[in-house]
Amino acid sequence: MRRLAILLAAPLLALMLTAAEPAAAPDRPLSDPAQEARAQALFEDVRCVVCQHEAIADSPAGVAGDMRRLIREQIAAGASDQAVRRDLVRRFGDYVLFTPPVRVGTWLLWFGPLLLVVLAGAVLGLRARRSTTEVAPLSPEEEDRLADILRNEKLRRDPDATSPHDGR
Amino acid sequence: MIAELGAFALALALALSILQTGLSAAGRARRSPVLAGAAQGAALAAAGAVALSFAALIHAFVVSDFSVSNVAANSHTDKPMLYKVAGAWGSHEGSLLLWCLVLTVFGGALARARGLPFGLKASAVATQGALGSLFLAFAVFTSSPFTRLDPAPLQGASLNPLLQDPALAVHPPLLYAGYVGFSVCFSLAVAALIEGRAQTAFWPAWGRWVRPWALASWALLTVGITLGSFWAYYELGWGGWWFWDPVENASFMPWLAGAALLHSAVVTERRGALAGWTVFLALLAFTFSMLGAFLVRSGVLTSVHAFAVDPQRGLMLLAILGVTAGAAFALFAWRAPQLKGGGLFAPVSREGALVLNNLFLTAAAATVLLGTLYPLILEAVSGATISVGPPYFAATFVPLMTVAFLILPAGPLLAWKRGDLTGAMQRLAVAAGLSVAFALLAYALWEPRKALAAAGIGLGAWLILGALAEVAERARLFRVSGPETLRRLKALPLGAWGMSLAHLGLGVFILGAVVETGFKAETARALSIGQSLSAGPWTVTLDDVRVIEGPNYLAEQGRLTVRATDGRGRATPVKAERRFFPAGGQTTTEVGLDFRGLDDVYVVIGERAGTPDRPAWVVRLYWNPWARLIFLGPMIMALGGLLSLLDRRLRLGVGARRRTTA
Repeated sequence: MRRLAILLAAPLLALMLTAAEPAAAPDRPLSDPAQEARAQALFEDVRCVVCQHEAIADSPAGVAGDMRRLIREQIAAGASDQAVRRDLVRRFGDYVLFTPPVRVGTWLLWFGPLLLVVLAGAVLGLRARRSTTEVAPLSPEEEDRLADILRNEKLRRDPDATSPHDGR
Repeated sequence: MIAELGAFALALALALSILQTGLSAAGRARRSPVLAGAAQGAALAAAGAVALSFAALIHAFVVSDFSVSNVAANSHTDKPMLYKVAGAWGSHEGSLLLWCLVLTVFGGALARARGLPFGLKASAVATQGALGSLFLAFAVFTSSPFTRLDPAPLQGASLNPLLQDPALAVHPPLLYAGYVGFSVCFSLAVAALIEGRAQTAFWPAWGRWVRPWALASWALLTVGITLGSFWAYYELGWGGWWFWDPVENASFMPWLAGAALLHSAVVTERRGALAGWTVFLALLAFTFSMLGAFLVRSGVLTSVHAFAVDPQRGLMLLAILGVTAGAAFALFAWRAPQLKGGGLFAPVSREGALVLNNLFLTAAAATVLLGTLYPLILEAVSGATISVGPPYFAATFVPLMTVAFLILPAGPLLAWKRGDLTGAMQRLAVAAGLSVAFALLAYALWEPRKALAAAGIGLGAWLILGALAEVAERARLFRVSGPETLRRLKALPLGAWGMSLAHLGLGVFILGAVVETGFKAETARALSIGQSLSAGPWTVTLDDVRVIEGPNYLAEQGRLTVRATDGRGRATPVKAERRFFPAGGQTTTEVGLDFRGLDDVYVVIGERAGTPDRPAWVVRLYWNPWARLIFLGPMIMALGGLLSLLDRRLRLGVGARRRTTA
């Protein structure tokens, strides 16, 4: 019975496996390895516009395949990486690149981490400086007490001295 | 009937949690051990009630009770038993119940904890009860998994087939145990702020109480995240293991805050210093956990992992986050100036190194937070849409961590209070020299030449060798006799082993991540039977493709052979599948993985191409060098955390007694 089911399902399956996604034409790598490497590097930075946080390098979606083909065509036609990016942004907006643009609105995004480290470092540096200067010199009475303590310490360290805990 | 029992137990747990909060607070106010004891009983009972409720949900999934709408939406009679059970936490409602379960079980454990002073414990139990009440109320009133369907459907809609995977079946429980475990640190921090102990003797003890919870949560979270990452690696079929996806970031932020907390709590425990900062991190870790829950469940993020949930519930979660974190940080702002830690220290000291560690870990967490939330905020403010992805984090997060890792091995070699930097550098000279040598060697030998990757290899080696140098230093290796070294190694506390192991695991991870990222190779082509494809030093041949039948899917299974392109070594057969799940109409890929030493040869079979008389399949082949280390490293780190947790000093009050007599 199951066997029959699978026999019946097999053509259906083949159909569904192909129909499940709009069949992306298989990728045709560029013949020049250097150009292909540039294309691959760009794919990592370009967001598949219909997917959820996936680069077109990873996405099996049909649109991603179209975008890969588009980028390969442009690179083969001699476009620089910058030109390809510009063209993508023109078509799809800043959203399409995983590298956010550097402009006034994103300064905080780009320089926030560095700013944080510098500020925190400055605060820490100041505190470290203050805490070392804050240690006030000892008063004469304290000096005497310290000398007392040190003398006692010396006595206890004396190898001939007996331990206070040995019961004698 | 059993589902109603589950719903009842859930409501009962809410009542018990409210009771726990009230009784414990009253017990604290009146200094009544009877009331506080009753609150502890309520905490245990609440844990029991949620466990009962959770068991009822699992039962509904196991018997495929489709009159329960959650089961109908997420299960199917054909599903293997493991995934029927795992389906219980595969949805928003079920996973929220799991969240509540972990929250109340940790609450019960806190209620059973010994050695805490009366006031602190009562306040902590009350806080934990308040957290439990909020989340249980959310579950009972908006997200009950026990809602009935009438009429019941004959068949369920099945669980998303991507989630039907052994790693993902156990990933959420571990992840949640980690996330929610930080709730106890949160409660202890709030309690410490309420008790407001100004005396310096309080903080070392508090550091010792909070550290086991932080260690356990962090180690569980480490394993949870690693399993999730491993799942993404072999289930999504993209060859990647970390995508800086917002939901991944949501789990990473509590991890970073937790790691900072672990280190800062050591300073508080040993030296009584940084008390306020440790309290802050304890509050922050669980706040990040709650933020993650909000981000994942509210639908504000587009992500592969997000539960698609209506914004209404998202608003409720935001309210819970606002109330709890808001109240806790307000309390912190009010009380923190009065916190008196002791322990002055020079900038160059163990404390100083740990402060730097905290600086970088917190800055890294802030960077991840910024990168995750910035697109949302920017869109809300200016309407501009941007994407923040891997290149951003490579430019910000990675340099921060690199600096932290460069400093790391020196930290454990510095003495408390005032360290000897020159001495530490001398003791690390061999490790540093070897690391530089490894980097140069990698640069010279590994084709294609990549300076950054070679430097990364040096950094990984630096962490591993630094950890080894630290152990060698403690054992006075080569400076005392062999038996004496062994004796010293045996006498090392588990906590020291744990630290060294965790740092070593970090180095192992860096090596894997750097080599995989720098040198991986990928090719894709349509292959007919008998044709081959190469990536890096490996070649695969497509031997056969057949249709097979799984328990709840049909699949095209490609059988391939992996061999070295130069013909040396063994040839291994691998199977890669493309599965079709009729219940939900989805297709998934099953990656064919051939483990070659540390490398993975990773094969994905894609859609059918070619002509009807000469069929072909798109085969993608990835060579992921040293990928094994990426998942091994974090496991070593978690093991290090576990070892530290087993340290006698944390279990018994040994450290405390020594300190009070000193």
